[in-house]
Amino acid sequence: MRSLTQLRRSLHSPIFWARTLQIALLCVVTVVMLGAGKSRYDRLGHELMCSCGCAQILLECNHVGCPDSARMIGELHAQLDSGNSDTQVLQWFEAKYGATILAAPIRGGFDNAAWIVPAAIFILATLGTFGIVWLWKRRSLALAGTAGLGGDLAVPGDLNPQDAALRDRIRRETEY
Amino acid sequence: MPEFGSFCLLLALILTAYNFLVGGVALWGASPGGLRITAIPEARWNRLGETARRAGIASFVVLCCAAFALVWAAFTNDFSVEYIRAHSNIALNPAYKFAALWSGQEGSLLLWAFLLSAYGFVLRMRHRVDVRLSAFASVILAAVQVFFLLLLTIAATPFSIAPGAVAADGAGLNPLLQYPEMVIHPPMLYLGYVGFAVPFAFALGALMMRYPGEKWIHITRRWTMVTWLFLTCGIFMGAHWAYSVLGWGGYWGWDPVENASLMPWLTGTAFLHSVMMQEKRGMMKNWNVWLIFSTFMLTVLGTLLTRSGIISSVHAFAQSPIGAWFYTFIILVFLVCLITFLLRRDHLKSENKLESLVSRESSFLFNNMILLAACITVLWGTLFPLLSEAVTGSKVTMGAPYYNRVNIPIGLFLLFLTGLGPLLAWRSTTLRSIRRNFVLPAIFMVATALVLIIAGVRPWNDGDDMESTFFSLIAFTLAAGVITAIVEEFTRGASVVRTQTGKNLLSSMLLLTHRNTRRYGGYIIHFGIVVMFIGIAGGAFNRAAEMEMGYGDTLAIGPYRLVCQSITQDSKPEYDTDYAVLNVYRGNSYVTQLAPEKRTYFAGTDHEQSSTIVALHSRADADLYTVFEGRNPDSGRPIIKVFLNPLIAWIWIGVAIVVAGTFIALVPNLVRTPVRLRQGDSVAVPPAAALGATHVVARVPHA
Repeated sequence: MRSLTQLRRSLHSPIFWARTLQIALLCVVTVVMLGAGKSRYDRLGHELMCSCGCAQILLECNHVGCPDSARMIGELHAQLDSGNSDTQVLQWFEAKYGATILAAPIRGGFDNAAWIVPAAIFILATLGTFGIVWLWKRRSLALAGTAGLGGDLAVPGDLNPQDAALRDRIRRETEY
Repeated sequence: MPEFGSFCLLLALILTAYNFLVGGVALWGASPGGLRITAIPEARWNRLGETARRAGIASFVVLCCAAFALVWAAFTNDFSVEYIRAHSNIALNPAYKFAALWSGQEGSLLLWAFLLSAYGFVLRMRHRVDVRLSAFASVILAAVQVFFLLLLTIAATPFSIAPGAVAADGAGLNPLLQYPEMVIHPPMLYLGYVGFAVPFAFALGALMMRYPGEKWIHITRRWTMVTWLFLTCGIFMGAHWAYSVLGWGGYWGWDPVENASLMPWLTGTAFLHSVMMQEKRGMMKNWNVWLIFSTFMLTVLGTLLTRSGIISSVHAFAQSPIGAWFYTFIILVFLVCLITFLLRRDHLKSENKLESLVSRESSFLFNNMILLAACITVLWGTLFPLLSEAVTGSKVTMGAPYYNRVNIPIGLFLLFLTGLGPLLAWRSTTLRSIRRNFVLPAIFMVATALVLIIAGVRPWNDGDDMESTFFSLIAFTLAAGVITAIVEEFTRGASVVRTQTGKNLLSSMLLLTHRNTRRYGGYIIHFGIVVMFIGIAGGAFNRAAEMEMGYGDTLAIGPYRLVCQSITQDSKPEYDTDYAVLNVYRGNSYVTQLAPEKRTYFAGTDHEQSSTIVALHSRADADLYTVFEGRNPDSGRPIIKVFLNPLIAWIWIGVAIVVAGTFIALVPNLVRTPVRLRQGDSVAVPPAAALGATHVVARVPHA
């Protein structure tokens, strides 16, 4: 009974939530760090396209009679057996078939832009939203301070009271 | 008939141009700051505007005739028409002859124009909802229509006559398109694409005329939702078609054409969320206007990518050099939007500001940012091969591995926001309410994660697929949290209704939903999206096996055994077929019989074309997916590939739930019944403006 009360109390404590978050993050990081990568054949086979023009991943190319996939799979096995690193295997395929044989741009140089831009957009979108909210919140507080009104009641300067009342009414009528 | 069709197109162009030019002049003439010629009274300008509206209505009738002329030519095997010769043949099934209307570039552009005129017809017939705003929207739609009709009469004419002698038979329809879903999927997708032109026209019109308030949003709310629904159905029908026909075991290949349909869906979804901010709090007006502008431009870009062939795609079925037309049009639309925005931006000032980071508003903002980030990411990936070629001189492939790596984290963050957003209050959420709302979902999330780990979903042990298993675990965990949050919202609301009405919990839930269809319909849509995420996450556990099979051979995969019963060849008027009959057992019990097929089409074509007909046994836990890959040229025996795809059916179930939720959200709210009045009582009275919204409760001083 006492422990239940303690648990209830701790649920109200910010320290409890901060620690829970820390543990959760630690778990996530641990899970990410643990475990081996994909098997090389499977992983590399999924990073290559079939060269027959079917626009399929090499290991997913599904036509019998495909002039290329069987040969390419054989070449992949041969490359893996030769002891080449992943990069060397992919470079070998790229040298033989051209850059379009790689299922994703991984050659470095300008190809890096393909990866950097989405990550940058994601980070900028997240940080940007935080920034916008913070800025708006500050402005809202400043407005409330100078006008003596809460942000919710503030009316833009160019709105006459009639328009403001009309908008207010529309909003009320569409309340959900 | 081709002459009649061509004449109809020309007449439609004239009528639409009249609608655009004369309608525009009438609006300008009647506007206070415009071409106000004092000698001409306003009523005359209005009468001129009315003639433009009627021309717009007539253009719909004429375009109906044009579409009919093309379908008629297909049904009567009129191979003097080049388009019919190229996309139909005598033996073609009548349903696919009808589908020939949109199976080629010219026909699909005619479908665009026809659907746009149909939307315009409804808009112009319902103009009394707001005569002036509807007139603006009608003129803008007419401008878009003029572009498509110019394209149809100059660059991509569907009724052009085939050179030389009339062919005895046509080339036939692409075998991949000869599938029942393909009769519905393209028009559905086009209804989605074209439909976004309506909210776009209203938004641009409202901005041009400095329309006060948010009425344009109320008018277009149902348009936008229906359009979004069509696009959603179109996209998932396409995914289902790819799953059932292409025979590679998947449903989404991140092909440029698929991406083209996904991008407006993402921005359209963002728009549906952010308009609530404008309705509720008068915020994000600039943002909303640009979201709908972008969505419309992305639909045009989608049509360009599908039809122009600027980016190679496995299923861009019609390609030709009409790119320049579309580039010009997109640039023009962008310039018009930008100039109007710059001239009228003072009209879009926000009435309120965000007050707290932990509020419904900020969750909407995050949701919008992430949806937009996903859209830009997809656009970036789609256009990167062109950019790479321009910069480095060599093209690259942007395949599924790229998109999966980039988009899965974004998708999971969106899933998280789907659950989080509705739990937050408008303006600001207190710590206490956060605790109250989040404890149960958090408990369910932890419990789900533990159960899954105990059941064997352990990324750290899954050497081959650590990354995908990890993301699946996260997706399942988040899904559990979101579903709990949605159920909690329903039960909490229903228990209040139950207390008030004394009904049981189910009836209370129904009443609650009917009282606020938009909110609870929205929750059902969210639930459908979560179910879809579960189905997508199941993809991490897909298995495949392949075997050369003879009579009596057995192939085992997961809990199933497939025993080959026969291998048969058959000949139909249009194709030869080769198929295997497989008995499926689960343990020792017989389950079903599957017959994967490989068809070789020859009718009407210059060369043979093959197509896969997948045989599928679908259950809620997994799909057993069999493909007849072909025969081994040495042994002559068929090669059968089998996939065991867990939870795929959840995706289609999720779509059905989304459709149901959208229909519920479209139903008007239950209006409170007026009561007999005493002095000072509350009463339900209809709103002054026909806003199609809930009735207001007003206080009357005296009965």
